[in-house]
Amino acid sequence: MSAPAAIEVTNLSKTYDTVDAVKNLSLTVQHGEIFGLLGPNGAGKSTTLRILITTLSPTTGTATILGHDVVKEADTVRRLIGYVAQERAIDRFLTGREHLLLLADLYHLKKDEALARIETLLKLVNLEEHADRVAKGYSGGMKRKLDIACGLLPNPKILFLDEPTLGLDVQSRLNIWDHVRKLKEQGMTIVMTTNYLDEADQLCDRIAIIDRGEIRAIGSPKDLKASLGGDGIWLTLSDATPEALDQLTTALQGLPFVRGIRPRENGLDIRVDGPEKALPAIMETTTKVGCLLDGIEYHRPRLDDVFVAHTGRSLTNEPAPLEA
Amino acid sequence: MNEQIQEVLALTNRWVKRLSREKFSMLFTLIQPMLFWLIFFGNLFQRAADVQVVQAPNYMSFLAAGVVVMTVLNNGLAGGVDLLFDKENGFLERLMATPIRRSSVILSRFLFVMAITGMQILVILGVAFLFGVSAETGILGIALILVLGMLFGIGLTSISMAMAFSVKSHGDFFSVLGFLSLPMIFLSSALVPLVAMPGWMQFFAIFNPMTWVIDAVRPLIISGWSEALPQVGIALVVLIAFDALCLYGGAKAFKRSVG
Ligand SMILES: Nc1ncnc2c1ncn2[C@@H]1O[C@H](COP(=O)(O)OP(=O)(O)O)[C@@H](O)[C@H]1O
Ligand SMILES: [Mg+2]
Repeated sequence: MSAPAAIEVTNLSKTYDTVDAVKNLSLTVQHGEIFGLLGPNGAGKSTTLRILITTLSPTTGTATILGHDVVKEADTVRRLIGYVAQERAIDRFLTGREHLLLLADLYHLKKDEALARIETLLKLVNLEEHADRVAKGYSGGMKRKLDIACGLLPNPKILFLDEPTLGLDVQSRLNIWDHVRKLKEQGMTIVMTTNYLDEADQLCDRIAIIDRGEIRAIGSPKDLKASLGGDGIWLTLSDATPEALDQLTTALQGLPFVRGIRPRENGLDIRVDGPEKALPAIMETTTKVGCLLDGIEYHRPRLDDVFVAHTGRSLTNEPAPLEA
Repeated sequence: MNEQIQEVLALTNRWVKRLSREKFSMLFTLIQPMLFWLIFFGNLFQRAADVQVVQAPNYMSFLAAGVVVMTVLNNGLAGGVDLLFDKENGFLERLMATPIRRSSVILSRFLFVMAITGMQILVILGVAFLFGVSAETGILGIALILVLGMLFGIGLTSISMAMAFSVKSHGDFFSVLGFLSLPMIFLSSALVPLVAMPGWMQFFAIFNPMTWVIDAVRPLIISGWSEALPQVGIALVVLIAFDALCLYGGAKAFKRSVG
């Protein structure tokens, strides 16, 4: 038998009172990859993560971390992982260094080993200057840095990050992306959740799109985008009656370079091979059928399109896109 | 074993640090409100209270035992508050994601609350001494008072932590606390001896473990060993049963909440 995967999740479900937060979820995370759970608020990302880090037990199904069951071998699992929660779980009366010292004892590190590692981590996340201030006065970004240092303290095989950049300014987000990439280079496996499309796109090796507790698609951002089949043209009509849309769809389907057509709000989402022939032909057809064009948009496949294709709605809360 | 000691010490150290950083809390932990009960009630009722009824040299010396146990009550019932906040802001989850014995968090809390309670009892006995009340049974008696106080405190802290783990919001927690503490005091022998109470209050007071603890602490302060020992024996039995019950309930609530 081959070595166990970093994470193996099988038919995992979690029901809170009446809410099915996670439904029959299965996935595998490979060693050394950055795996992202992408979904809107309430999709079940944090719930999934909590089960994996052993602080929540699943209603049904199983999950293993490096071959160890998260329920039956919880203590072993806890020794292998690091966790950075979505909430800033910071004690405002303790200094940054005291947080790390506390955790060092909880991970049973020897004193000198602990001190050395804390020094390194504070340097890594750029928090040395503020290490001896109580956390009450920390900014959001500083708290997040401390959180990450806490997650890294046990030198984990697998690091779990729940919405690591939520609410951070652009600079802090980029810094955290850098950290995450460095950790991957050192061989760490990283599982993170996000509801930022650009973050999933640029940072994750593979993502699972999760919506209402269910996985809708898994793959690398590149493959997911390719699977949409071609570039997208979005038409918006000013008189988007069902009849007009039907008529237009039929007319467009005859065109050779059109690979697929889906309805979208007040218009159509058309997949084509390339822009050169498609654009003029589509505009011409639209006029011929007698539809009034209100707007036309051309773009290469984006992760948002993947999201829309699999969930039927857009993940619209993303901040201004960042350059990588 | 060594690992668990490391965990408990580190967690207890955190509680101490937190307290020491909150200047006001620190101050009011020393100059606790219970002292006012002793000083104001004690002096106010000096003439209103009949020494024949209270069976003590004066009301202050009668009240001292009640105030000592009221301190235990307050500390114990509030003992879970910090865990409640930890649960709400996610710090508890951070702790639970580390490979610690689940019990270490609870043990650190017991240790901290007991230490604070012990110090406060000593402060109260010290202030009582300034007003002329000294324990008839001496140092040994005071040690025994501390033991009784801690035993009672363990059960109360368990109740408080069980509540912290069970409630949906901290509003609920404080409502229940506020609701519990006054009846516990008035339906006990803290302010008036059992025999002097109206029948129905006496009835409830008999089922209040606090009554039995007070009735053991009081003779240790105002009477002497021969009268105190039988009462202490009864109190120990009551407390062991009380603690067993509370620890059982607390463990169940804890398991349900954090697995
Ligand atoms: N402790 C809880 N009790 C009841 N419902 C919960 C609890 N935690 C989460 N939920 C519900 O479960 C669903 C998934 O939540 P969550 O996993 O936090 O989503 P995400 O992290 O993707 O935003 C939501 O509908 C949320 O309201
Ligand atoms: Mg979440």
